[in-house]
Amino acid sequence: MDDKITLSHGSGGVQTNKLINEVFFKYFNNDILNQMNDSAQVDIDFKKLAFTTDSFVVNPIFFNGGNIGKLAVCGTVNDLAVSGAKPLYLTSAFIIEEGFSIKKLEEIVKSMASEANKAGVKIVAGDTKVVEKGNVDGIFINTSGIGRIYENVNINCANAAVGDVVIVNGTLGDHGMTIMCERNKLGLEGNLKSDCACLNSLVDTMIEACDGIHVIRDATRGGVAAVLNEISEFSNVTIALEENNLPLKEEVKGATEMLGLDPLYIANEGKLCAFVPEAYAQKVLNAMRKHPLGLEATIIGEVTMELGNKVYLNTVVGGKRLVDMPSGIQLPRIC
Amino acid sequence: MKFVDEFRNNEYSKKLVEKLNNISSEKINIMEVCGTHTMAIFRYGIRDVLPPNVNLISGPGCPVCVTPQSYIDTAITLSAKKDVIIATFGDMMKVPGKKGSLSKAKAEGIDVRIVYSPMDCIAMASENPSKKIVFLAVGFETTAPMTAITAIEAEKNNIKNLFFFTAHKIVPPAMEALVQDKELKIDGFLLPGHVCAIIGTKPYEFLSKDYNIPGVVTGFEPIDILQGLNTLVSLISKKDYRIENEYKRIVKTEGNIIAEKYLNKAFNIVDSSWRGLGRIPKSGLEFNSEYEDFDALKHFKIDYEEYDGSPGCKCGEILKGKIKPTDCPLYKKLCTPENPVGSCMVSSEGTCAAYYRYHKDVK
Repeated sequence: MDDKITLSHGSGGVQTNKLINEVFFKYFNNDILNQMNDSAQVDIDFKKLAFTTDSFVVNPIFFNGGNIGKLAVCGTVNDLAVSGAKPLYLTSAFIIEEGFSIKKLEEIVKSMASEANKAGVKIVAGDTKVVEKGNVDGIFINTSGIGRIYENVNINCANAAVGDVVIVNGTLGDHGMTIMCERNKLGLEGNLKSDCACLNSLVDTMIEACDGIHVIRDATRGGVAAVLNEISEFSNVTIALEENNLPLKEEVKGATEMLGLDPLYIANEGKLCAFVPEAYAQKVLNAMRKHPLGLEATIIGEVTMELGNKVYLNTVVGGKRLVDMPSGIQLPRIC
Repeated sequence: MKFVDEFRNNEYSKKLVEKLNNISSEKINIMEVCGTHTMAIFRYGIRDVLPPNVNLISGPGCPVCVTPQSYIDTAITLSAKKDVIIATFGDMMKVPGKKGSLSKAKAEGIDVRIVYSPMDCIAMASENPSKKIVFLAVGFETTAPMTAITAIEAEKNNIKNLFFFTAHKIVPPAMEALVQDKELKIDGFLLPGHVCAIIGTKPYEFLSKDYNIPGVVTGFEPIDILQGLNTLVSLISKKDYRIENEYKRIVKTEGNIIAEKYLNKAFNIVDSSWRGLGRIPKSGLEFNSEYEDFDALKHFKIDYEEYDGSPGCKCGEILKGKIKPTDCPLYKKLCTPENPVGSCMVSSEGTCAAYYRYHKDVK
């Protein structure tokens, strides 16, 4: 096969079939997909399902710690997992710019397959469109997913309650700073690496340790600040964070300091915030710390009723500051 | 992280707070000149731990905030010229001019790119030989040397498609304008650490000699700020009007001699208009005759007419420290980060932005 995607790869004919067979089927290969129907047909044996969709347009397409494909699988798997669901099936739709390297596409598809495999989900349907050069930036991917909602688990962003502690599973801002530094060729040396990962098995571990977890959310765009503000609003509670307890990698700390950014607002792709009644906190933490994605799990704050539905930070000097909903894009400062 | 964690030490900051609360009980007005100080003070909740007699006033040291509206409008005019790419620091993107912001103009199709250093423009100019790159050169003594070096390098390398729309400003003359304002009563200044890193401490001596006002140079970590405030409040209470340096790990008395050499090589000192403060003598930088070919206004033959002011916006009085953002009738109502009326609401160092982002009705 030539190494470039052409418009004919999206025209539905011979080249499309060749691409589907030699790239997508080769890696996504599973019993449902292989039925080759116009829609995936699956048997279900549960009452309540979680259903979500997400589109991925990341630039750069390949970054330290992952690529757009890995991100597309993890993003949708995580949205299902943090809803208290076991992710089962994904669909994936590709919009590819004419001239995109087939080798790179194969690499993307391969990592999607590998990530799906690790997460125990099947990619059961898909679509490919090719657009003229300049109409998209390389490749865009949409994934949708369904999962089975666990019985006896009620995880909802309106459930945070006074007395809960806020747990994160590790360091904040790794993905966002990796992307920002690579995209803008900041030339920072060090080990900035995206945290992109499927969190479903970590969530399983947490639910197993405590079926009374009130809220779990993955802290993607807008960082922990955005997620906590949403939870504070829906649950109508105050969330008090401790600046001293925020886990940050040295590299992220350095890059955010230099650019004048706040790590609380920087995106993560493998981090979740969980609201757990204090009595169960240690049990959940212990379980998380035994999981490879929760080794650095820690408590960063607590729920109170002190100030209505606001998020604030107790600072290192003993002051307080508001952690507001992010607005606009994060732009680096002048000096 | 080295040089950061030490300056965010919980125990030591508590001791400094305690000490600060026991120095003086007289009413003291301190202006922090620099926007990065304003942000850091809010970010670390430092106002919460100050003694009630110490009043912090935020000054005009935010480069985006003091750039007049006409500058943004002219940048948008430049962007519409044939084959122009605008290169800018990210901070400028959202600043509203009369014709809208660069961010909005980008959505309508102009080519504007965010850079992290003006030096990035040299590569951009080489990679785009058929385009003309215009760098929006704003900022104080902190960023001006980078503009100077970039122009000097471009000249050496015979780069002919790089231009600068300069609005660099010098801080001490603006401070002199403030201390001459009879409506303001400033007892001492927290001096801008980054600016001092370039120009040293001597340019502030006029504060002691001519106005009996002390100043303390300090850094941007919570312990830097608390230490700076301790020293400053002590000086004020002893009526000791000297300029002290509490940021010795970065700032030398004589400043950064190399950076100053580049500034002198490329620029002349000229009168300059500050948004909200008006025209201040000898407070701006403009390319000298040797580098004037890099001047975007001259190259594109633009007759730059200066103007400023949105109806109702109190940025001017806020920049002078006469009122607080919360006193402005537009604050949080008509003027928000999503729909800013004045640049103080969008700049990452703007006083209104700091209040909006961090000021909690949470105490």
